[in-house]
Amino acid sequence: MIKHLLILGGGTAGTIMANNLRRRLPASDWHMTVVDRSDKHLYQPGLLFLPFGKYEESDIIRKTCDFIPEGVTFTQAEVDQIIPENHEVTIKGGSTLKYDLLIIATGCRTAPEETAGMLGPKWRVNVHDFYTLDGSRALREKLKSFTGGRVVVHINEMPIKCPVAPLEFTFLADTFFREQGVRDKVTLTYVTPLSGAFTKPKASKKLGHLLGDKGIELVTDFVVEKVDQENNKLVCFDGREVPYDLLITTPTNMGDEAVRRSALGDDLDFIATQKHTLQSVEYKDVFIIGDATNLPASKAGSVAHFESETLADNILLHIAGKPLKEEFDGHSNCFIESGNGKALLIDFNYEYEPHEGPFPFPFGPMRLLEESRVNHWGKLAFRHIYWNVLLRGWPLPGISRQKKKPADA
Amino acid sequence: MKKTIAGTEIDVNEEGYLADATQWNEAIAAAIATEEGIGALTDAHMKVVIYLREQQAKGASLTIRSMGKSGVVTTKELYDLFPGGPLKKSSKIAGIPKPVGCI
Repeated sequence: MIKHLLILGGGTAGTIMANNLRRRLPASDWHMTVVDRSDKHLYQPGLLFLPFGKYEESDIIRKTCDFIPEGVTFTQAEVDQIIPENHEVTIKGGSTLKYDLLIIATGCRTAPEETAGMLGPKWRVNVHDFYTLDGSRALREKLKSFTGGRVVVHINEMPIKCPVAPLEFTFLADTFFREQGVRDKVTLTYVTPLSGAFTKPKASKKLGHLLGDKGIELVTDFVVEKVDQENNKLVCFDGREVPYDLLITTPTNMGDEAVRRSALGDDLDFIATQKHTLQSVEYKDVFIIGDATNLPASKAGSVAHFESETLADNILLHIAGKPLKEEFDGHSNCFIESGNGKALLIDFNYEYEPHEGPFPFPFGPMRLLEESRVNHWGKLAFRHIYWNVLLRGWPLPGISRQKKKPADA
Repeated sequence: MKKTIAGTEIDVNEEGYLADATQWNEAIAAAIATEEGIGALTDAHMKVVIYLREQQAKGASLTIRSMGKSGVVTTKELYDLFPGGPLKKSSKIAGIPKPVGCI
């Protein structure tokens, strides 16, 4: 009898898995379905650039079904509950999908409702976010007419998707305000619940000067008790306050609401996942990939991509009844925009923190943990790689799923 | 690296977090608390410290949020007990690794 592989989520991770596995699972044995609530695929790194007018919406949105391969059914629907005991997923509106194997790639979302006062009357008036298309769009309009004042870029709590994005936003804002000729009328403050803008020793040593050089004030160990919209200030649990004229916050990130309805997640709705195999801790026919996992890896597209290579192999091993590869090492790779047309590149995993060296080949052309124009061009070029190589489930040249051991390790 | 805390030589990382949670004892906790400016550890402090060690042993990732919802302590109380970095200082005193960031 033909079996059914069901993929929940048609974002980065789900789309890569659909492409990779359709090539490797015989159509005569396996039917495949991708379910997503949206029929639009958003290039999420673009949300960082949209507010500054560097990208247009047409650059970062495509039709989901254009990236779902032939032989995979795409269903636009809202998942109600995942019921692993019955090997089924219920859809809002009443239908039920049975599966033999399930891949959960439902990602994460911002949850501004988790913080007292965040969703008050000034939400998207002078309290903004850039992690959603609506938010990024509204912020773009706000920045167009912003002539000066206290700008505060803020992380509410960890973990967040693309953990360096708020810092990149701060650097890009510094450049933006310079270009607008109003930098001298703007104070920029970066507020984080962590102990520094960079918390790993090597990165901190190498990059710690960046904020000071750009005249960005840093406020650390700041966990927000509430957003006081009436008085335009952030209030910390320890009593400290940070006033703002424009707040650009990164709300708490949580897993999909379907995960909560299914009681499958932790207190942030992230799902217990085996860190080296990507199999569910509880259910052997369920695998989790990307931002939906509870893994101590970054929530980022590069991580989903590296995971996908291990996961695809493990799905085949699982079908064959063989032991899974204990392979995924937390590999993460990301560009960090540092403003003025430059960027940094970092590469790390569960074990090794970001370090220096050439990337991806022994001769470069890029250098890790160093600011350069080449890295910035790499970041811009990556959008094309994303649409044409990464989503199609192909490996990236020179960049293996497991991190190469650093030279000094 | 090695460091002598409360008369015992133990392994710590460059930021002073214990490299091996099993080397921990209450005297070490008290000494680190003094170093961190927390002062004498009360029952309320120790309740948090013991909870942190239990959770860490289970492999749970520890956050201010999970602490606040643990029923052991509220977020506000955590700040009052360990001012100036509640999770960082309490983790150090509990002899478990520093809570992780990204870079």
